[in-house]
Amino acid sequence: MTAVAENLTWTPVCQYAALEPENGVAALLPDGTQIALFRVADGTAYAVSNLDPFSQAMVLARGIVGDRGGVPMVASPMHKQAFDLRTGQCLDNPETCIPTYPVRVADGMVEVAGR
Amino acid sequence: MTRTLVVVGHGMVGHRLVQALRDRDTAGTWRVVVLAEEPRPAYDRVALSSYVDHWDAGKLALENADHAGDDLVELHLGDPVVAVDRDARTVTTASGLVRGYDALVLATGSRPFVPPVPGHELPGCFTYRTVEDLDDIRAAAEGGGVGVVVGGGLLGLEAANVLRQLGLDTHIVEMAPRLMPLQVDEGGGALLRRLVEDLGPSVHCGVSTKEIAEAPDGLRVVLSDDTELTTGMVVFSAGVRPRDDLARACGLDVGERGGVLVDDACRTCDPNVYAIGEVAAVHGRCYGLVGPGYAMAEVVADQLLGGTATFPGADMSTKLKLLGVDVASFGDAHASTGGALEVVHNDPVSGCYKKLVISDDAGTLLGGILVGDATSYATLRPLVGQALPTDPGALIAPAGSAGTGIGVDALPDEGQVCSCNAVTKGTIKDAIVVGGCTDVAGIKACTKAGTTCGSCVPMLKQLLSSCGVEQSKAICEHFEYSRAELFEIIRATRVRTFSELVEKHGRGRGCDICKPAVASILASLGAGHVLEGEQATLQDTNDRFLANMQRNGTYSVIPRVPGGEITPEKLLVIAEVARDFGLYTKITGAQRIDMFGATVDQLPHIWRRLVDAGFESGHAYGKALRTVKSCVGSTWCRYGVQDSVGLAIELELRYRGLRSPHKIKAAVSGCARECAEARGKDFGVIATEEGWNLYVAGNGGFRPRHADLLVSDVEKETLIRLIDRFLMFYIRTADRLQRTSTWLESLEGGLDHLREVIVDDSLGICAELEEAMSEHVANYSDEWRGVLEDPEKLSRFTSFVNAPGIPDPSISFREERGQKVPVLLPVPTVGQTNEVAEVKQ
Repeated sequence: MTAVAENLTWTPVCQYAALEPENGVAALLPDGTQIALFRVADGTAYAVSNLDPFSQAMVLARGIVGDRGGVPMVASPMHKQAFDLRTGQCLDNPETCIPTYPVRVADGMVEVAGR
Repeated sequence: MTRTLVVVGHGMVGHRLVQALRDRDTAGTWRVVVLAEEPRPAYDRVALSSYVDHWDAGKLALENADHAGDDLVELHLGDPVVAVDRDARTVTTASGLVRGYDALVLATGSRPFVPPVPGHELPGCFTYRTVEDLDDIRAAAEGGGVGVVVGGGLLGLEAANVLRQLGLDTHIVEMAPRLMPLQVDEGGGALLRRLVEDLGPSVHCGVSTKEIAEAPDGLRVVLSDDTELTTGMVVFSAGVRPRDDLARACGLDVGERGGVLVDDACRTCDPNVYAIGEVAAVHGRCYGLVGPGYAMAEVVADQLLGGTATFPGADMSTKLKLLGVDVASFGDAHASTGGALEVVHNDPVSGCYKKLVISDDAGTLLGGILVGDATSYATLRPLVGQALPTDPGALIAPAGSAGTGIGVDALPDEGQVCSCNAVTKGTIKDAIVVGGCTDVAGIKACTKAGTTCGSCVPMLKQLLSSCGVEQSKAICEHFEYSRAELFEIIRATRVRTFSELVEKHGRGRGCDICKPAVASILASLGAGHVLEGEQATLQDTNDRFLANMQRNGTYSVIPRVPGGEITPEKLLVIAEVARDFGLYTKITGAQRIDMFGATVDQLPHIWRRLVDAGFESGHAYGKALRTVKSCVGSTWCRYGVQDSVGLAIELELRYRGLRSPHKIKAAVSGCARECAEARGKDFGVIATEEGWNLYVAGNGGFRPRHADLLVSDVEKETLIRLIDRFLMFYIRTADRLQRTSTWLESLEGGLDHLREVIVDDSLGICAELEEAMSEHVANYSDEWRGVLEDPEKLSRFTSFVNAPGIPDPSISFREERGQKVPVLLPVPTVGQTNEVAEVKQ
């Protein structure tokens, strides 16, 4: 994280241990933002917007997690577009990108930074 | 200026001409008027006997046969040309339509030859050439009995097979001393007769039909040796005669033995008139095969566009499966070339006769005959006229022995691989190497090879690989294997987790393609509950939440209603659940009730109510057996002949929960009226007076396909055994998301192969398939009950991990026709900027 990140407000979401590998969950931030939270196979946690921009449904947490050419990704459960979990970049449409959110683990709790 | 071509007749050859001309005449210099006698557009007459498998004339349709959307083609069906005025250059049809022409092509084909036997016009006498002929034969065959086929040639044997399939006790009468006298010699004929008689029909060779007379219970056929046969019908298939009447009437020259006399350019004595196909006598000789007809069509298309193509003569080779017996004959099969030598391999024990005809110096292949096993036809026929690559004995040695057969590499470039469409090995290699074709479909589209009889398709595959084109079977970037191979790996190694599988046999962490495929394989192999441990993360959302995701991210719920039979009490339960949870309800096409608009956190509560009332999962969300639909059957229906509801329920309960490469739908109809639409299903059962008919690999939806008849009139135990085998064979060998219809079409050998494997057990795997199914049946348990009984699985059904009780605020509904329907989020769709990413930078 850069110095800018220190200004972010962190919201505790759940115990890291409760986050099953490659099994996404949805979480609600204080401002009402819905995020999709993932723990990938190597243990890294990622948070992206839960909104699938193609179907306009809040469903990305329910997508299949895996990789495409080594890039950690989630595939939308609606119509299967894949998103890079690190950057939010849609891997099937270069013009589409979804918001990502900084994640950290503090005292066994997963915390996500809102805006 | 646009000129007018009138084509008389729309059979396979007439159609090929129109197609070839329209393909090449990009400038639109010709408009084409097709005047046809038959009531339907050109169809695949070569495959006419397969009509009996489906009784669906649509399946015989040729590509683009109606020329829909082509403004330069005008097709008139059911309106034959009755007169040609060559001076005025006009034709007149039966309905009185008059059309002028700049060029006229006669493609009127042949008529069946009916020998002038007394009684040949009696009711009950039929010919064998058109869809309508088969419809008439079918109608007359109702109720069974005896059928006599006059003619034991190629067509006669096809007709005999049709009668046999219709359940008739069949007799074949052939004047020559052996069956298929034109194609096979005495040795081959003797074996052919034995193989045919093994299948049921009685064969009478060396006799003619003396008389047909009306008898009290049908017809009495008297043969020249005074044998008397009492029969319900007589089918004449004793050869064909060219339909040259129009040509004769307008004064065109005809051949000595009939047919419109044409030169190498297929031109008649009138330079504006051509004849092609079976009606044409090229230098006096008529050709009764589609391959030469196609060649003539191509010649005329070229000539009309100013070309100089000529008819090169024809390869009269044939390969057929007649009455289940392979027969092939190619080149100089009867060794009529001076000094020709014959090499014969005759094995009456394994039922196989092979003969090669070679030149007097034993250096060149001239022709051959194969009976019983014609697999080497594809490689031998193109070698005709070529130097033999090896000792002729080795070419016809029994399979499995040393030196068997030859590969495609031994063929010269000018050797024809596809004789129906006259495509050489060189042309196909060009299409692959220069044209960039990477699969069989590409070669078919580019060269037309393999598009008619299909016997050369295995050679096309060989050519692809010998040209270095690897046909990737990889399911995705994480596994180099096809789904069928993954299935075998998992079955053999007993690997039971995706992580172990991808570590040992793949790479990376998987994706939305391989994970659900592996999850499905694990489920088919009985790896426990689909949401157990890691398996939950492999499932598509529908399987992960055991419900069907709809467009706003909510789910729909379908409880199982086996066979569509439901009590009023259970209907009340569904009604109450839908009302209490505010769900939209709709009756589905599969005779059940769907409840829409449930959120993830509502699903367990809904299912608690349903399970308590005795419902279980309907698997509407899974690539699994959906329903076995039924009509009301003999219990209530005054037309029903069997209890279709009872059987549908039994089948649905047997196969419920069975995971498969794609969804499986089924139906049972209680009589031939087919109210359950069983022939549009992956497997369909239709009641008969004697038992059940089983149809397989039907489909509705995107590409409708009528199911094929696999077996007729079987009793219930046999029926269930065959369905067990069919489903398990499909589950093991199909590709991911391949329905049974496309799976069957991609099986090499198609329906015949499927029948060999699951009816005749040619691979010896039927016991294993049945065992796999009985394990499935024994281990079935309801998935939703499994979730409700397991707190860990239940815990995944939450809206938000940090706010489990709060419903998703983005979901809202409005009302339409008295029920709620989803309202979509009013947010921009694509191209959003990534604000957080910018902050990070």
